[in-house]
Amino acid sequence: MTDLLLVFPVLVPMLTAVLALLAYRSLHGQRTVSMVGAALVFAADIALLIEVVRNGIAATRIGNWPAPYGITFVADEFSALMLALTGLIGFAVALYSLAGIERESEAFGYHPVYHFLLMGVSGAFLTGDLFNLYVWFEVMLVASFVLMALGGERRQMQGAIKYVALNLISSILFLAAVGILYGMAGTLNMADLASKFSVSDSEYSRSVLRTTSMLFIVAFGIKAAAFPLFFWLPASYHLPAPAVSALFAGLLTKVGVYALIRVFTLIFVQDTGYTHTVILVIAGLTMATGVLGAVSQNEFRRILSFHIVSQIGYMIMGLGLFTPLGLAASVFYIAHHIIVKTNLFLVSGAVERIGHSSDLKVLGGLYRARPELSMLFLVPALSLAGLPPLSGFFAKLGLVKAGLIQEQYLIVGVALAVSLLTLFSMMKIWNEAFWKAKPERAGMLAYSDVHLRYQLTPIGLLAAVTLSIGILAGPVFGFAERAGNQLFQPADYIRVVLGGVR
Amino acid sequence: MKSLILHTAIRIVMPLLLFFSVFLLVRGHNRPGGGFVAGLVAAASWALYAVAHDAPAARQAFRIDPRVLIGVGLGVILLSGVAGLLAGRPFLAGMWLNPEFAASGEVVVGTPLIFDTGVYLAVVGVVLTIIFVLEEE
Repeated sequence: MTDLLLVFPVLVPMLTAVLALLAYRSLHGQRTVSMVGAALVFAADIALLIEVVRNGIAATRIGNWPAPYGITFVADEFSALMLALTGLIGFAVALYSLAGIERESEAFGYHPVYHFLLMGVSGAFLTGDLFNLYVWFEVMLVASFVLMALGGERRQMQGAIKYVALNLISSILFLAAVGILYGMAGTLNMADLASKFSVSDSEYSRSVLRTTSMLFIVAFGIKAAAFPLFFWLPASYHLPAPAVSALFAGLLTKVGVYALIRVFTLIFVQDTGYTHTVILVIAGLTMATGVLGAVSQNEFRRILSFHIVSQIGYMIMGLGLFTPLGLAASVFYIAHHIIVKTNLFLVSGAVERIGHSSDLKVLGGLYRARPELSMLFLVPALSLAGLPPLSGFFAKLGLVKAGLIQEQYLIVGVALAVSLLTLFSMMKIWNEAFWKAKPERAGMLAYSDVHLRYQLTPIGLLAAVTLSIGILAGPVFGFAERAGNQLFQPADYIRVVLGGVR
Repeated sequence: MKSLILHTAIRIVMPLLLFFSVFLLVRGHNRPGGGFVAGLVAAASWALYAVAHDAPAARQAFRIDPRVLIGVGLGVILLSGVAGLLAGRPFLAGMWLNPEFAASGEVVVGTPLIFDTGVYLAVVGVVLTIIFVLEEE
């Protein structure tokens, strides 16, 4: 049964994409296939999560080749949680896409590519092999290139070129690092690498390991949009269709963060005094630069893009602290962030739909025009800033606590200051777009009174999830703590993957 | 540009290339070859046809939309993987009808061959989609 559950998150999106490709003549058919597929993936991801919570880490050998020779799919609690979130976001954004994507883009293959992207993301969360991780990254990136450029506007192309170039550079670095590791250890199975490197008097040179680990930090850092190589993100994320940027904002950078956490809890743990301090410094700088970038922006989605960067800092802060509590807080933070950030982008899309613009100077008075949308904006916005009792508060609380225990006062101070600035910039959006009166100028379009059925349903769904994470913070954090412990002590993971081989 | 030489040659070259691509596909299990190269060879023969005549003519002669072929190819790949699951083994587990022939260099029929066929179809589909679009621009 676990064999099935572990491959469903990859198989179902693939099947959906194939069917959507075969039905490319009929928009209606593509949409139906896409919705059913997204719902099924979500269900399969939840089933896997339940299985992992009940019976511990699950693994299957693809092609029946034993580890470490073949590729293993593994799901520990962290992976399973990430998959469940992927399913949720995939479903919500697919629903949103029913009204949020231009017909031309749909006819051009939006739906199949969308599911190929989900397949790549799920594969990256599942695989237990470094080279395979690279392959899933590529699947995901190629699909995201298409989605990024779909529509083909001039400024969209400018953003897409930066996005493609930086991501390809990161892929090359990743591949180079993988090559070096293979040359050293003769294996790319992550559990096998972990067990080889963890031996105290190992024959592997520490300096080469350290260099390789830095290559990984740079490669995954680019993909996660961490300081200093994050500028591709704010340059491109506000350009594609809102549904696409919501999907990217929720999932893509988080795959980079996931990879960082996986590699730096499993493989590179011999030298934490060096590597994890570097990560901690990067975390602090990422938080600060991201939020400062956001303050100077005046466009809805650009502000949100800079906040993605800033929030990435929080997620890797827990990794940098490298305690079970820190990792748990990181896991919780990622879960909270994926939902909140996707939702904010969905709201920005709905706002753009009503107001024909995302420029805060043009918008205004949305609270009067659309009170329900405004309330739904406040939930993720305040959660992002970390106000109790929403999910963001508990995420930050966990990180701050972990930082204080480790006596890393500087990073805790940065985290708190950045969160204040986040509140400031969320309030800026609230004041400008929702609260102030709509500016009257000649030639400005009135707000359209389109029905937002397809937009409000997913936004409401995600807001409800945010609220319930806040209310159920205790049990959810308990789960994150278990996931953090699994990450901190990977003995179980290694045993399950290599089981019986040695 | 119409070349009489190419026009005449294509009638002989194209079937040859297509047969050769099938040969590569079947041979690929344990020796050089396989679905990917075979797909490229097959697509190259159609590209040659598109050069000798023109892209609309090639599209017409090809009959089905190459995009459908991508879907079919991926579907076949999926089937070859699911076969393992149906037999109660992991995804993509290899199963053969006549594994005893493998040593003698005969063709062994099994899920890897089905997988390769899927790759073949998908590669032909992708390459032709690109080539036809580019030729028509």
